[in-house]
Amino acid sequence: MLLFVAGLASIIYLGLTAQPTSTVVLLPDADGGVGSVEIRSDSSARQSLASPYSNASVTTRGDIVSRVDDAGQVLQRYAQTLSVRPKAPVSFMLLFEFGSAVDIAPAFKPVLNQLLAAIADFPAPQITVIGHTDRVGSQADNDRLSLERAETVRRLLIDAGIQPAIISIAGRGEREPAVPTPDDVAMPENRRVEINLR
Amino acid sequence: MNFQHVALSVALVLATQTSWAADEAGTVKISKGPVHVERASGRIDAPVGTRIFSSDRVITGADGAVGITLRDNTLLSAGPNSIVDLNKFVFDSTTHAGAIDATVKRGTLSVISGKISKASPESVRFSAPGMSLGVRGTSFVIDAGS
Repeated sequence: MLLFVAGLASIIYLGLTAQPTSTVVLLPDADGGVGSVEIRSDSSARQSLASPYSNASVTTRGDIVSRVDDAGQVLQRYAQTLSVRPKAPVSFMLLFEFGSAVDIAPAFKPVLNQLLAAIADFPAPQITVIGHTDRVGSQADNDRLSLERAETVRRLLIDAGIQPAIISIAGRGEREPAVPTPDDVAMPENRRVEINLR
Repeated sequence: MNFQHVALSVALVLATQTSWAADEAGTVKISKGPVHVERASGRIDAPVGTRIFSSDRVITGADGAVGITLRDNTLLSAGPNSIVDLNKFVFDSTTHAGAIDATVKRGTLSVISGKISKASPESVRFSAPGMSLGVRGTSFVIDAGS
């Protein structure tokens, strides 16, 4: 009987208090902007967060409770977690001559020096060399050309002493122009290779 | 989920199993205190440089913490007493198509989203006990409690 009462009491207690289970806190982006997240509880309640330090908790009842916290409180509460966030990746750009995967050398030296200086700041550094083209030619041709550009730069990095194992390459073709243009427009700024360090 | 979505999912799964199977999902960049990875082949310590793969479970101890950069430049960090399952990671570096599915079973995970979130936000899913969330290119913390 005592057990039954205790059990009943705890059921009532849980039902009444609706303890928080999981919480999401939105943070501002590094550039000061803020994105958004949409939370959905297992019982299909929904809540969007779009302002910095706003947060939402799902309770044991499956509903969602939201509020906005003070920045200082949030940063203190999650200090240990936030202190081990990896360093933000950085990119270095090299421009290419039209249609060529080869004529890169003059621009390479200063970029290489910047890259070598930056690598020292990254634990277990990894590099993705990403080729880009402008929108002259077919997508398939540009995919191939962008990958050739990336491969050219990969070889230059290896020649400069960077371990091949930390370098991968990608060809983005004409998908990510630095300067958006209509199709088949020649645009020197878009013929480039990005060296992304993470 | 219509037929096209199913077909796309199947295509992604097949592509994962063939060409991308050996690709890492990410790498440990910061490791403090006890940090482990559990996968089918067993449990390993996870110092800086440890490669993380799809289906790995990342575990931190009482005073452990870990920072992981994923291949699409998503930045993750887990605080003490955390269990995080990277259920799925797929990333095509040409198209930026891909998927991230991670579950915070316990503890805390901070996320700064990367290229997959920008190209296909509908394929990014984080969850914790009692909830899941969709993300529009941003930074946030998930606290799954202890």
